[in-house]
Amino acid sequence: MSNKVLVYVDQFKGAALPASLEAVGAALDLAKKLGGGLAALAVGEGAGDVAGQAFQYGVSDAFYSDDPSLAEYRPEPYTALLAKVAKELSPVVILFPTTTRGREMAAMSAIDLNTGVMPDVTALDVEDGKVVAIRPVYAGKLLSKTYCDALPQIATTRGRAFKKPEPDAALSGTPVRVEAVTPDSDIHTKVLGYVQAEGGVSLGDANVIVSGGRGVSNNPALTPPPGLDDKQAEIWRAQQGFLMIGELASVLGAAVGASRAAVDAGYIPYAHQVGQTGKVVAPDLYIACGISGAIQHQAGMRSSKVIVAVNKDAEAPIFKLARFGVVGDLYSIVPALTEAFRKRLGK
Amino acid sequence: MNIVVCIKQVPDSAARMVVEGGQVSWGDAPLVLNPWDEYAVEVALRQKEAYGGTVTVLSVGGESAKEAIIAALAMGCDQAYLITDPALAGSDSRAVAHVLAAAIRKVGDVDLACFGKQAIDADMGVTAPMTARLLGWPMLSLVSVVQALDPAGKTIRIERSIEEGRQVVESKLPAVITVSKDVGEPRYPSFMGIRKARRAEIPAWSLADLGIAAPATVVRWPEVINPPVREVVTEIITGSSPQDIADKLAEKILAEKVL
Repeated sequence: MSNKVLVYVDQFKGAALPASLEAVGAALDLAKKLGGGLAALAVGEGAGDVAGQAFQYGVSDAFYSDDPSLAEYRPEPYTALLAKVAKELSPVVILFPTTTRGREMAAMSAIDLNTGVMPDVTALDVEDGKVVAIRPVYAGKLLSKTYCDALPQIATTRGRAFKKPEPDAALSGTPVRVEAVTPDSDIHTKVLGYVQAEGGVSLGDANVIVSGGRGVSNNPALTPPPGLDDKQAEIWRAQQGFLMIGELASVLGAAVGASRAAVDAGYIPYAHQVGQTGKVVAPDLYIACGISGAIQHQAGMRSSKVIVAVNKDAEAPIFKLARFGVVGDLYSIVPALTEAFRKRLGK
Repeated sequence: MNIVVCIKQVPDSAARMVVEGGQVSWGDAPLVLNPWDEYAVEVALRQKEAYGGTVTVLSVGGESAKEAIIAALAMGCDQAYLITDPALAGSDSRAVAHVLAAAIRKVGDVDLACFGKQAIDADMGVTAPMTARLLGWPMLSLVSVVQALDPAGKTIRIERSIEEGRQVVESKLPAVITVSKDVGEPRYPSFMGIRKARRAEIPAWSLADLGIAAPATVVRWPEVINPPVREVVTEIITGSSPQDIADKLAEKILAEKVL
């Protein structure tokens, strides 16, 4: 065993995901503490460019595989390739970003490498040569100090929990190409295509999130088009409410979030849900509109830096978390806030 | 179709978690079927309804986990096994995956193993892919739609969510899937279903029954701590009109330098 750290740089068609660069930042810090250097691995179409760019962030070695059989992500051949590189390097630590791909590859490579995984950590340190991870449990209601007693110690880093390193254009290197290890005949899945792309800013990466709750459907000033039944009229009202929230989000370059109540009522797709059974987010600014702040919602957004709440009910629990609150009608406050930012941000 | 659903019992999502001497406690809060697993049960039942077959519930846990199993049976699953053994106390995800892989093999001829995307207690989300890897089966995670399934040809076509959108994947069976909330609301148990589930026999399997030794646990979390207390002083913004309030609020937010 060396004292090396290996980081998996999750990428899509030649661009590293933002969470990957944060993982590189976390890995650099661990590598410094362990004193063994940092290697990066990227896989898939465009992986060569991504591995080459990794040198600018301070990695000492970079590996990639862009074999045609790896063009589309499939966990089995990707994991097999990572395990091969890991067996050659014998790192003491392997980090992945907590992306869909990263979490599942971390889990599967733990089996291949006969070790364990500490998923979705928010802090990493070294104690007596051993990694100690802090990870939120019970949807962030508590934190756990977690250890992996086997080598390599595998962890995935939560988005926005670690700093992206600054690139240094003066640093460069030549990445090493690795051959794929799984013949196509051994791969039992085939990617047929994509049915829909996710639109707008993704919640996990967003610096700013504007969220709506059940309250967005209560605008009495709106008259739904004729012919709708009560439920359809409620959804129509809610959709107008989310359009209004979307305008504020667009002026702020923000992602649109929602409470579980709004998603379950059919106002907005599940991809927008923030909370214990949705996404856990930690933006710099979180604006909650018409969200009362159930404990499950709080679990998903309480680590946001600045929380703003707009709610009719002065007793809503969300105000306990909020730095700024407005007790009032979101239908008059939100458009006015959109206007106020439009002027100030010159948009 | 031989379908397995792997479930876990967890503290209710509304439970207040308290740290006592570095350990977690949830007081009198009820233990429930992990909410994500309800979606896995739903998808399993839909496949059974469409293609026939049996849905078997597997859970690793103590005697109390039978309550979660009963909840899954009440939704319509056919049979269940509780895998329980004193040697499994404190198992990590990998150890549980070893146990589940052995149990799935013991059930035999399984075409599809369904899991929730993660359990809401430890929020690890790695047991399903670990189990898939141990079985050597394809892993299809965060499935939002099962587009087609061919029990005779042993193939499945699904949509799964990844960061860039919804990927359409065709896979050979047997396979492991995790299910996202996009599949639609899980059904409520019927009154008859609940009565039947209460009377159901839930056989227990020990490690000896599975023919394996206790798998090693390597990930531990000996200490739980409270998150740092959020020191917020809430400032309620008031003003003469909505625009006046909004202008003041915008200034305050800009002064926080978060934009």
